[in-house]
Amino acid sequence: MTKFIDLTLSGISDGAIYAAVALALVLIWRATRVVNFAQGAMLMITTFIASAVINSTGSYVIGLVVALITGFVFGALVERVLIRPVEGGPPLNAVIVTLGLYSILVAAAGMIWGNTPRAFPAAFSLRGYKVGGTTLLFTPNDTFIVLVVLLVAAVLALLFRFTPLGLQMRAAAFAPEVARLLGTRVGRMFTIGWAFAAVVGSLAGVLVAPEVFLGPNSFDPILISGFVAAVLGGLDSPPGAVVGGILLGLALSYVSGYWQSALVPLVAFVILLGVLMVRPTGLFSAARERRV
Amino acid sequence: MKSVARSGLARSTLVRSLILVAIVGLILLAVSAFIGDYRNTQLATGAYFFAALAGLTVLAGLSGKISLGHGALMAVGAYAVALLVGNEHWPLAAALAAGTVAAMIIGIPIGAAATRLHGPYLAGLTLAFAVGLPALADTYPSTFGGENGLTINPPTAPSWLGANFSFEHWEAWVACLGALIVLFVLYNLIHSGIGRSMRAARDDEIAAALCGLRVGPTHTLAFVVSAGCAGLGGGLLAVVNELAQPGAFPLALSLSLLTGVVLGGLGSLAGAVWGAALLVFLPSWTTDLGHAFSLSNQVAFNLPLAIYGIVLIVAMLAWPSGIQGGVRAIAGLVRSRFAARSQPAEVAPESQG
Repeated sequence: MTKFIDLTLSGISDGAIYAAVALALVLIWRATRVVNFAQGAMLMITTFIASAVINSTGSYVIGLVVALITGFVFGALVERVLIRPVEGGPPLNAVIVTLGLYSILVAAAGMIWGNTPRAFPAAFSLRGYKVGGTTLLFTPNDTFIVLVVLLVAAVLALLFRFTPLGLQMRAAAFAPEVARLLGTRVGRMFTIGWAFAAVVGSLAGVLVAPEVFLGPNSFDPILISGFVAAVLGGLDSPPGAVVGGILLGLALSYVSGYWQSALVPLVAFVILLGVLMVRPTGLFSAARERRV
Repeated sequence: MKSVARSGLARSTLVRSLILVAIVGLILLAVSAFIGDYRNTQLATGAYFFAALAGLTVLAGLSGKISLGHGALMAVGAYAVALLVGNEHWPLAAALAAGTVAAMIIGIPIGAAATRLHGPYLAGLTLAFAVGLPALADTYPSTFGGENGLTINPPTAPSWLGANFSFEHWEAWVACLGALIVLFVLYNLIHSGIGRSMRAARDDEIAAALCGLRVGPTHTLAFVVSAGCAGLGGGLLAVVNELAQPGAFPLALSLSLLTGVVLGGLGSLAGAVWGAALLVFLPSWTTDLGHAFSLSNQVAFNLPLAIYGIVLIVAMLAWPSGIQGGVRAIAGLVRSRFAARSQPAEVAPESQG
């Protein structure tokens, strides 16, 4: 029973990370109809930068802030320089460009920082809470992760629903031509969407790095889980991404606790395969006709 | 030339493919006799990459789908061959056939999902497969040998080839034979009625279904054939490297296959040759480059992946039809010059880009 509670709690904290990555993917998908397969590599780079800043200044907060700011600039640059030319083209072209970006970033990180994973500091203690003599697998740092991700999701929801910027971004995503006629600068909305997504991604990277260690390929499984979570949620809906992330986190936590932890990415693949077989557009998506 | 092309014999796809395979086979035979052991190993490497790339490019060309999981499908073939040859002592040809079939069986569920998925969904699904599969080797070390993988003994050349016939030379023959089989099968598939149905299903699923084509099974078949090619390529990889280990099948392998296919031009069998050449020579060039400019190992080791990434992006932004597309465009230009002088140009593009 204790094991079940432990696995549930750690599943929620893993799920929060998946939800954050899924949110980043969903933001980009909504804005530009591109799945950013370079998301894992982009947040890897900003996490390495955070690590360098933390090492030289000794302050976790400064490292986190620098990571978020570089993420914002990085996301905007990537959209403006690499993605803009393939937007609206065949979907394969955008997929291949993001994979090319993934390769370049992973290789660059390997060249600069080496391929051996290194440790990354956590914001809060990694020692589990004690409840009546037993130590839970849930730590103050996990609390921090869950709260931060929930906060981000809430801020995004408020942004999209209640601000002029959010309204313009939704308009640009769903009806670009009409939005452009009405004076929305659609291109700029896309850039901002990518920048926000990269900020959320950078945050996820800094949050999860103490657990997975920091290396060029450390975040590949996180990206896969984030993608599965996003697809579970329909790839289109931020609340769906959060729910999908938590559900996936729980499922994978039980798999790794009761079966084999190394199999987690493969089980994520099987879940994805199952979901796509039953509902090719995700569990929570609305039905949509296809143009002939 | 014209009269030959018009005769019934050469119009048969089977005959044309046999002539093509015979010519390429003779060239490979001659080349492998004149080059040393090191070059023969490179030839064998190119041959197994060609098998996987040809499968991937035909998938992209015939059904318009992209797979990032072909590196993992190669791992399926490689481990099947290593297990069957190493533990069960199967003959090499039977083990390679079994590796091909194993990859095809694994390809069935992915292919079935692929029929319903578009663009990024399928890419994400196959990406998850490529990231997830290598973990099996660590999870069941008693079967798959863990990080160190499974070793197999190098195949011995038959005695009638003489005592001086090196095993590198023999490996090159085996790998090239595998590549020729892939070439033969895919050439016939592309030019067959099945290939035409695949292209019809690619171009407009609804129109194809209205014409009575069974779109789903057609797409699945394309994926399964492509998976078989990757499985055979992986099996040959295990034979040539005498080893099947998880480190040989990272996500980077799938990405390098994608680069080879994009560089060669999606859907072009001849382009797969360019891609295979890239995958063979780029790592050794970057190692040489690293020595020449005394780069650190860390930089030289990561250089190929960086180049693959740059090639992918530049190809998509600047030159989406690949090297073979460029060659074809130039050839088309030349041909139309000549044709304009004598008679109207033939409008019969060979490609399915």
